Amino acid sequence: MSKLTVAKAITAGLARAMEENPKVMLLGEDIGSLGGVYRVTEGLKARFGAHRVLDTPLGEAGIVGTAVGLAVRGYRPVCEIQFDGFTFPAFNQITTQVAKLRARTEGRLSVPMTIRIPYGGVIGSVEHHSESPEALFAHTAGLRILTPSNAQDAYWMEQQAIACDDPVIIFEPKRRYWLKGEVDEENSPGDPFAAAVIHEGTDATVVAWGPMVPVALAAAKAAEEDGRSVEVIDLRSLSPIDFDTVTASVRRTGRLVIAHEAPTFGGLGGEIAARVTERAFYSLEAPVLRVGAYHLPYPPAAVEDHYIPDLDRVLEALDRSFAY
Amino acid sequence: MESRSHAGAVPSTLTRHQLLDEQGVVAEDPLLSPYAADITVEELQHLYRSMTLARRVDEEGTSLQRQGQLVLWVPLRGQEAAQVGSVWPTHPSDRIYPSYREHAVAFERGVPPAELMRYFRGLSAGGWDPEQYNLNPYTVVLGSQTLHAVGYAMGASLDRKAAEDSGSPLDGDPEAVIAYFGDGASTEGEVHEAMVFAASYDAPVLFFIQNNQWAISVPFATQSRVPLATRAAGYGFEGLRVDGNDILGVVAATRYALEKLRRGEGPVLIEAETYRMGAHTTADDPTKYREREEEDQWGHLDPIERLRVHLRTVHCVDQAFFDTVAAENDAVARQMRADVLAMSPPEFVDRFDGVYAEPHSLVAAERAEYLDYQAGFVAQDDSQDSDSEGVGA
Repeated sequence: MSKLTVAKAITAGLARAMEENPKVMLLGEDIGSLGGVYRVTEGLKARFGAHRVLDTPLGEAGIVGTAVGLAVRGYRPVCEIQFDGFTFPAFNQITTQVAKLRARTEGRLSVPMTIRIPYGGVIGSVEHHSESPEALFAHTAGLRILTPSNAQDAYWMEQQAIACDDPVIIFEPKRRYWLKGEVDEENSPGDPFAAAVIHEGTDATVVAWGPMVPVALAAAKAAEEDGRSVEVIDLRSLSPIDFDTVTASVRRTGRLVIAHEAPTFGGLGGEIAARVTERAFYSLEAPVLRVGAYHLPYPPAAVEDHYIPDLDRVLEALDRSFAY
Repeated sequence: MESRSHAGAVPSTLTRHQLLDEQGVVAEDPLLSPYAADITVEELQHLYRSMTLARRVDEEGTSLQRQGQLVLWVPLRGQEAAQVGSVWPTHPSDRIYPSYREHAVAFERGVPPAELMRYFRGLSAGGWDPEQYNLNPYTVVLGSQTLHAVGYAMGASLDRKAAEDSGSPLDGDPEAVIAYFGDGASTEGEVHEAMVFAASYDAPVLFFIQNNQWAISVPFATQSRVPLATRAAGYGFEGLRVDGNDILGVVAATRYALEKLRRGEGPVLIEAETYRMGAHTTADDPTKYREREEEDQWGHLDPIERLRVHLRTVHCVDQAFFDTVAAENDAVARQMRADVLAMSPPEFVDRFDGVYAEPHSLVAAERAEYLDYQAGFVAQDDSQDSDSEGVGA
């Protein structure tokens, strides 16, 4: 057991994957000598060599596209996209090539690659550095999407994604990179595509993922003071989504609030709301409510706290749910 | 053909290589002649057979589409020398990344014509087995495959280096990779990134451009002011401009490039100047955007006719050979047609199995949902049948 930040847990997870499989290699901008703009890959170039940690030319399509060729060749490439908002030059490669090559070849070619994307806001940065584009990728068949909310998941999900024979995007909650937690290097938390009930409750369920998980936990604690018992689910996998765990919880609690940093409109909260309504209609005591960002481009840092849902907005949604 | 003039355009000084001229006569080229010197008449006959087979199957493809038997066909007429001449010198271990018009490349790699038609008959998203022929499936999003080719080539170099470092170097020639694309795709941003990455990592990749003068309806002059081979210099590697309707020139240029790649001196770019004599696809109408005169001019430069004249006049190949090849090609086309017409549609339910390598809860649930839904139809049909029987009785 070690106490690590999320960032250092990712570093350790990547290092272990590289130790265990010589075919694992990292590609990205400034990830080698600099160690990445968030220092997540710090020390890995010195340890594993420049042929396994590539400081690539600046070009996201180039990073992801060459990784497709490397993956088909038998490598396990791990791409780092520097910031969420810079994913889009690679959007074509990810959606038309990475996601579809296996289906196009009727299962003959696999694309076992990992794409790491630091995502989310509240870091006080300039535009294109704070976005949550997970729904755009969840909508595309052929991809898998994980998002850790704590150090233990961060450590293991990197290794599980790399070991997976399918392409996996890991959305890393960049405002939680410095969040410390226990990492058990011996015991894996199991299926990365399963959601986890991280706080049990009986009166309502809050589903969150990545950077919003600590907010959801804080909401559960605050609600407790008002005598409400709120269950919190860390979704962990955004494609596929573990609807069974969510539905089972709602059948017990009768109320559901989904909180994410991405804009509410067209966000994954809508998909979860629809599925739960289909599956647990007679268990619901109130409409499923969503808490997300507004249908606006990510705003300037000075006003971002109005845009990203915080503790109060989650509590307000819970109040509305209880009012039914 | 003459390019349209651009104000301020700087003329290219790049040599246009040619070994077999428009009259089928061999010309000397200081760089490329040594790379074609040992080609035997039997090999020339093989190249002729491959080029004419591709054209015959191409014609059959257009007919099949017109008869409603293919969802689309992409004619290659005019580009036979560029395609056959560039793939023939490769080793089976060299990975090929085609675009989507490279039928002659696929046939030369051993893909049976009918297997390729599975894609165009709407039965398959890919067609052949990429590992069996060391040939990637067609890529329809233009230029995307060039990056995959570069990554694959980077992997080949890494493998070779790892084997050397471990004290057991790999046997045989180093692998080379070919990325095919056209003048249209050459303007895609991903092609730029492919060339940058290839140069940064000395990837053993040949960028083989078939400049067929038209990107559907947009002429080459809109794509570039200069021959595309000129661009290689900007990335710091060699670019060769070759007459793409000259089979000897294409073979020699490709051999020259592959040698460089195997020596670790890649990447290389070849621009084969050719002409799409037919439509872009069977959904296209070239009369809307280009003149008959231009098509006629290029018709005189037909790559197959040029090789035929060369074989007849220089190597005294008799008419019987040409007749036999034509008859053989007809037989292949007939068989291909019969095979295509006999193909049965795939089961939709199998689509659920090809998307993910590992179990996926949503796909599994939707597969079950689909089967349930289908089963419901069967039950309903049965009940209707029994109802009508009941009424009848």
